[in-house]
Amino acid sequence: MSELGVVQSFTVTFIVRRFNPETDTEPYWQDFDVEMFSTDRVLDGLHKIKWDQDGSLSFRRSCAHGICGSDAMRINGRNRLACKTLIKDLDISKPVYVEAIKGLPLEKDLIVDMEPFFAAYREVQPFLQSTSKPKKEHHQTIEQRERFDDTTKCILCAACTTSCPVFWTDGQYFGPAAIVSAHRFIFDSRDEASQVRLDILNSKEGVWRCRTTFNCTEACPRGIEVTKAIAEVKQAAISGVRR
Amino acid sequence: MPTVHHHEYDVVIVGAGGAGMRAAIESAPKAKTAVITKLYPTRSHTGAAQGGMAAALANVEEDSWEWHTFDTVKGGDYLVDQDAAEILAKEAIDAVLDLENMGLPFNRTPEGTIDQRRFGGHTRDHGKAPVRRACYAADRTGHMILQTLFQNCVKLGVEFHNEFYVLDLVLSEDKGTKRATGVVAYELATGDIHVFNATSVVFATGGFGKMFKTTSNAHTLTGDGVGIIWRKGIPLEDMEFFQFHPTGLAGLGILLTEGARGEGAILRNASGERFMERYAPTIKDLAPRDIVSRCMVQEVAEGRGAGPHKDYVLLDCTHLGAEVLETKLPDITEFARTYLGVDPVVEPVPVMPTAHYAMGGIPTNTDAQVLADNTTVIPGLYAAGECACVSVHGSNRLGTNSLLDINVFGKRAGRNAAEYAKKNKRPALAKNAESFVLDLVETMRTADGTESVAAIRKELQAEMDRNAQVFRTEESLKHAEDVIINLRKRYAKIGIHDRGQRFNTDLLEAIELGFLLDLAQVVVVSARNRKESRGGHMRDDFPDRNDKKYMQHTMAYKKGEKIDLGWKPVVITNYQPMERKY
Repeated sequence: MSELGVVQSFTVTFIVRRFNPETDTEPYWQDFDVEMFSTDRVLDGLHKIKWDQDGSLSFRRSCAHGICGSDAMRINGRNRLACKTLIKDLDISKPVYVEAIKGLPLEKDLIVDMEPFFAAYREVQPFLQSTSKPKKEHHQTIEQRERFDDTTKCILCAACTTSCPVFWTDGQYFGPAAIVSAHRFIFDSRDEASQVRLDILNSKEGVWRCRTTFNCTEACPRGIEVTKAIAEVKQAAISGVRR
Repeated sequence: MPTVHHHEYDVVIVGAGGAGMRAAIESAPKAKTAVITKLYPTRSHTGAAQGGMAAALANVEEDSWEWHTFDTVKGGDYLVDQDAAEILAKEAIDAVLDLENMGLPFNRTPEGTIDQRRFGGHTRDHGKAPVRRACYAADRTGHMILQTLFQNCVKLGVEFHNEFYVLDLVLSEDKGTKRATGVVAYELATGDIHVFNATSVVFATGGFGKMFKTTSNAHTLTGDGVGIIWRKGIPLEDMEFFQFHPTGLAGLGILLTEGARGEGAILRNASGERFMERYAPTIKDLAPRDIVSRCMVQEVAEGRGAGPHKDYVLLDCTHLGAEVLETKLPDITEFARTYLGVDPVVEPVPVMPTAHYAMGGIPTNTDAQVLADNTTVIPGLYAAGECACVSVHGSNRLGTNSLLDINVFGKRAGRNAAEYAKKNKRPALAKNAESFVLDLVETMRTADGTESVAAIRKELQAEMDRNAQVFRTEESLKHAEDVIINLRKRYAKIGIHDRGQRFNTDLLEAIELGFLLDLAQVVVVSARNRKESRGGHMRDDFPDRNDKKYMQHTMAYKKGEKIDLGWKPVVITNYQPMERKY
């Protein structure tokens, strides 16, 4: 808590990968020096650049506290949310490198085309399918609810999918986020379409493409055990769902 | 010049947060529907709501929708329209069950039903004791609502136009009668303009907390929808009532759910005193937000604040234990750790009020139809959620009633918009409907003045925090109004760096600031005019509620550059105003 009392700023160098589709043929790196506090986030740094130095710097952001999933980007080579990465947690004796997430088409600066990502999400049928018509709520025990708790935390930021080396080389692969969304329903005791989703993911571009590199788990800003979830889906594809 | 595209729909819904997507789920199966949204739907700020959604399910203890109605009316300091509050509380039960049936993973009781927790201002039997009424999913209830609604939109194949920024509502006017005919949007990816001709238009565009510096609101909550309505000469209701949530992370404003206090957390001042006992002896830390926020500011003003500058109070969760924090409040536990370096398991968290929610907005009736004055409906135009004022929240919203509001009135808006579209022919759009937006965008894109958008926004936010926050006076509000008028003059001379067409977020922020400035002025002018203290509007110079004069809604009208103020009666059914004590 002592940080709140101390007001000491210092210069941080951001090296941002820029690309303007209207004028550039190739992306390039650009340096910016920014006065920062240790409790500032990388997002604050980007805002300071945009608001004080270069208004054309483009990136997505909204909630600024790690809930909306808008600002996933590569920070010093790691996929993170800019609003959840604090300056004090980076080595600022070196510049901070910021670039767009990889594997999705680059639109401008830190903005990528998210449509392929959401297309994969839609394909796993990410919605409850139940023929029962309860008078009130479906019944579900605390344990049944706990079974899929972890994967309900997903904010669809794409940090996992765009950290996956398989996804980089094969854009057809569903990717970790879509599998996480499938997991959330496959292991929900109220759902009746698990087999449909497992059949979808048992395909050529499905779960078996996963090489268990754990990049996705490390990248997840919500702390979801993504690789474990994928492993559980693989297991269910072989031997059926155990809820 | 940008390319102009034309679209035709039965229903267009502007905004893809909870209210917009709930409306779409009703409308899309019945009528050709489009959702037009500035953000990808899952980025909407509904996802940041934490603690719960109120409904008198009585799953864990005795409860009734009538008690819920009473609490809502009293919580809103009797400025609530009681017919609307009754609908809210009654339809709450189905709204929660709808969401569960759609897949929402609520926390469960040992019996396997939806679990419920306590929340501020929600009581059993008209104020006797706190009641467990908030249905919740850990402390990410809003996230789960947003995800569940999006999932069901995917299921229904709802058509989204993502990252389309609606900048104009197109109305036709026949013998003084307005009617909605469509909207015009700016596509962020390309800079193109899209004209949507529609029979029904639903505004579900959220709030405008970004006019304040310390706020729980997202950067994108700039009041665009409410601002468009204002510029069209449609009145805005009760704009002076803005909610300051008690527990924002000190210095940052990031929300820590009231559910923490619902689970037993306690507010303490520098000496460790549980100060809420002095102010609200019956329900203490679970008093409504307006009261708790005022008490916190008062503790600090009287020198009992904590920290090196004595400028915050402490939210003590340490006695709840790691288990409760990790399972029922995991997100806020992580926020405190990440952003303040404070672990709530072992130490209290520094907190202060944060601008959170607009009680006022676009006036609607209980069918979510937008009103052109106190009674006249604008055919084909609907609004729901934070942008609207039904008014179920009166002068102070109870926690968990906003997630409820978006579901109940989002559903009503969607259903009624679709029905209207089925019964009526698509109206003709005015010729050159796009010209206003074309001009606006082009003027902004080429703006080469000397004033900075970021600087003006920063000054606006600082001024609103300083002079239009928890405590207000004639002097402070006059100061704020003068500053805003001056900032508006400077806004006319802004310069933009980015001249491009594609993803021009520089341009976007400039337009957003225009809406914030317009609405801030309405907030301050409405606040100056209400010389009493009620709910979220506390006047140091008029500390008492004055029912004789002010038991009515403010209606603000744009008349050229002037703001005219009128009144609208409050609907009273069962509950006569009483002194508000907890």
